[in-house]
Amino acid sequence: MSERHLTFTLNGERREASAETRTHLADFLRHGLGLTGTHVGCEHGVCGACTVIVDGAPVRSCLMLAVQIDGCTVETVEGLATGGQLSPLQQAFADHHGLQCGFCTPGMLMTLEAFLRVTPSPTQQDVRIAISGNTCRCTGYQGIVEAALTAAAAKGSRP
Amino acid sequence: MSARYFGAAVTRVEDPRLLTGRGRYVDDSEFPGMLHAAFVRASVAHGRIRSVDTGEASGMPGVVAIYTMADFAGIAQGQMPPMAPHPLLPTPITYHPLAVEEVRHVGEAIAIVLADDRARAEDAAAAVSLDIEELPAVADAVLASKAGAPRADSKRPSNIAATMKAGFSDCGAVFAKADHVLTERFDIHRGGCHSMECRGVVASVDPHSDVLTLSTSSQSPYMVRRHLATYLNRDESQIHIMTPDVGGGFGPKANVYPEEFAVALAALKTARPVKWIEDRQEHFVATTQQRGQVWTLDVAFDHDGRMRAIRGHCVHDNGAYAPYGLILPATALASFPGPYALEALDLTIDVVLTNLVPTSPVRGACRPNAAFLLERLADRIARHLGIDRQEVRRRSFVRADQMPYSTGMKARDGSPISYDSGDYIAALDLVLHKIDASGFQARRAAAAKRGKLLGLGIASCVEDTGLGPFEGASVRVTPAGKVVVSTGASSQGQGHRTALAQIAADALGVDLNDVRVETADTSKFPLGMSTIASRIAVTAGSSVELASQKVRAKAIAFASHKLEVGEQDLELEGGAVRVKGVPGLNVSLSEISRTLAGNVGMSLPGAMEPDLAATAYFNSTALTFAYGANACEVEIDPETGDVRVVRYVVVHDCGKLINPLIVDGQIRGGVVHGIGNALFERMIYDEAGQPLTTTYADYLLPLASEMPPIEIHHMETPSPRNPIGVKGAGEGGTIPAAACVISAVENALGSNAPFIHLHPISPQQVMKWLELSGSAAQA
Repeated sequence: MSERHLTFTLNGERREASAETRTHLADFLRHGLGLTGTHVGCEHGVCGACTVIVDGAPVRSCLMLAVQIDGCTVETVEGLATGGQLSPLQQAFADHHGLQCGFCTPGMLMTLEAFLRVTPSPTQQDVRIAISGNTCRCTGYQGIVEAALTAAAAKGSRP
Repeated sequence: MSARYFGAAVTRVEDPRLLTGRGRYVDDSEFPGMLHAAFVRASVAHGRIRSVDTGEASGMPGVVAIYTMADFAGIAQGQMPPMAPHPLLPTPITYHPLAVEEVRHVGEAIAIVLADDRARAEDAAAAVSLDIEELPAVADAVLASKAGAPRADSKRPSNIAATMKAGFSDCGAVFAKADHVLTERFDIHRGGCHSMECRGVVASVDPHSDVLTLSTSSQSPYMVRRHLATYLNRDESQIHIMTPDVGGGFGPKANVYPEEFAVALAALKTARPVKWIEDRQEHFVATTQQRGQVWTLDVAFDHDGRMRAIRGHCVHDNGAYAPYGLILPATALASFPGPYALEALDLTIDVVLTNLVPTSPVRGACRPNAAFLLERLADRIARHLGIDRQEVRRRSFVRADQMPYSTGMKARDGSPISYDSGDYIAALDLVLHKIDASGFQARRAAAAKRGKLLGLGIASCVEDTGLGPFEGASVRVTPAGKVVVSTGASSQGQGHRTALAQIAADALGVDLNDVRVETADTSKFPLGMSTIASRIAVTAGSSVELASQKVRAKAIAFASHKLEVGEQDLELEGGAVRVKGVPGLNVSLSEISRTLAGNVGMSLPGAMEPDLAATAYFNSTALTFAYGANACEVEIDPETGDVRVVRYVVVHDCGKLINPLIVDGQIRGGVVHGIGNALFERMIYDEAGQPLTTTYADYLLPLASEMPPIEIHHMETPSPRNPIGVKGAGEGGTIPAAACVISAVENALGSNAPFIHLHPISPQQVMKWLELSGSAAQA
């Protein structure tokens, strides 16, 4: 199998690594780099559990090849909390019971993280549509939606 | 005990880890020298294995070994042990870890490929050449139950694996005297489970101790240990099972699977760690599914709508194997008569083998089926008599003054089933009030102006919870004064660590953050059952309470001895035993623990037993009964047949709430699962047993964009059957939800609509009903 050398920025840090050309980004992050926070739920791009942010846009890391991140900026769930402090969105998930088994959670967080950056004041329906590509079997979505709205409101209230 | 935490909506101790990517699921573990497994699976639903040619695959890059069952002959052979033996199944219908001679459903594992990474294992699995002589298959349980149908298992004389009966009193006599009798046929579709984490297992053998360790995404780790020990002829002490974080269970992960055995056998054979992680396509063809049943029911009722008796027959689609015995059909029967005070009941279920992946409980097991049947019959009676649906229920439900109420049915162990407490009519009244049923006609008229058909649905249910025999817990105060709770009860995301910590923290007067809960590691706690059937709050929760109270009593006895104060004057608070009303006079739990850990040659104070710790098992000798009443509104677009659930209100009573945040989450998730069953989730097979829905492009799961906000109201009737007054809450959301949605759809379609006897429904089906009922023209 042919390998390629990659240079990229991961959660704010410059990284170099090599990956087989056929390896998808989720497997590369999980097994190549040991960042197991990103989860694989369906491997055909529907469930959204593997969502990460590449160059600012949420992507399905099971549908993207690892070699495509050469030169890119990649953000994963491991990069959300800073200095041991949960991000406002993460804290809102805890406060609103936006997770149960936690398996879809990293994908939900990354989808919403990217969404809230471009939609600072969403309606409930906006949030529901934003996560309509992420499947959760545990929560019935309501806690997740409430968490996103709370995080957005908290952000909006800051000067 | 001061209830500081019990009943409070405290946020979960599990969350910070899971929110920051520090969860540890089975696939997250890595071991040096680990091999990755992929399975070679049957591509036909029924066939005789002529040969398995591994020649080409064996030589492929990275491939270490390819095994069929014959290769394991020196370690173990034969069928897997039955998980729940039943006298009606004298010959267990269980898998071999890898298929021998015959395959009976698409997806059955035939060979295991081991390679140095998963991709290479899959490459090689695809290169294994199977020669399978195809045999006639049956993919439809009703067809399979008929004489002359192809046999799903060529070694069994009939596709009817068992015929089960349940009921009470003389149905014939009640039917003879009833004012009315109606007969309806119901078709409840087989759906999948789809925990977001598929199954997975990592097996390894420690060369020094010869202990076989499995980290498995199981709801039943102790069952895995017991059955693996039996199968391998090993002592249980030589098998260690643990469940790490598990990404959802919902029932299917309660089974002991052939893949778990095959991976364990491969680890024993290679003496290397072996990991297998199920992918989603495998989940569609190899993880158990459920709910496929066809019922014909007669219902007898009076002029005023009072439901008096039900009799009928069910064809239960069992699938190709019965790893969990007859649990599923037995649960379908035991879920009758629901909230209805029937005079007689007479049910028969034919458990039918088909060439499809086996069925087993999924979130509610067959309780949602029973709720669908009973609630549909109640609606049917109302329409027949031209009275309000709620009146049928009000006149037919078990009343609060009848509690405890003996239903006439028997539990699995043969004991009579009796509902412990509750007020089913009050729950119905409350939900109708909360959804503003009296304002519905105005809302319907407003919707009609927008060209939409609005419908109101109602459904009630009773849920047996707290299934025995037991769960246990040990509670130990460490020398640092922290509390460690260990239980055999596994967790798949329900928040057990938080809920159990709440109970222990209150009993011992410590901060919640000072309690750590360990779940389902067979090396840490000796016995456990399964996290199924909404039983953990009752069984494990009560055992934590009992063990904590023993620890508390010991701490008080110690402090009484040391401080020379009567026990009645002592209390536990702030991590210490304190003299009531005397600030500063106390002895810390930390000091008691350190003292009871002993010093060499020194006696323990008061000749007490060592260690500030205790173990207790709660033996659940009688079921607890949660219940609920749901109401929802759906809006139908008559131009497309699209059905949207626009409001959903739940009234739920699971006794004392340990943590309302967690209970609400369980209920909401369950409701959405039930809405999925009603409107979206469809597992389609062709006549030859080939699954046609094996991706999420074909099999539709409920998504946030289609789900309504779900409003929850609690009633709190404590159960008298356990020390903390709780009832289970894991499935109460799902059980009535499909019935509630379908009731609303039928209501939206109008009085001329056909009786809806099935789910899931589709927009195409709705368009046909609209045409038949003329409702489209009315909108």
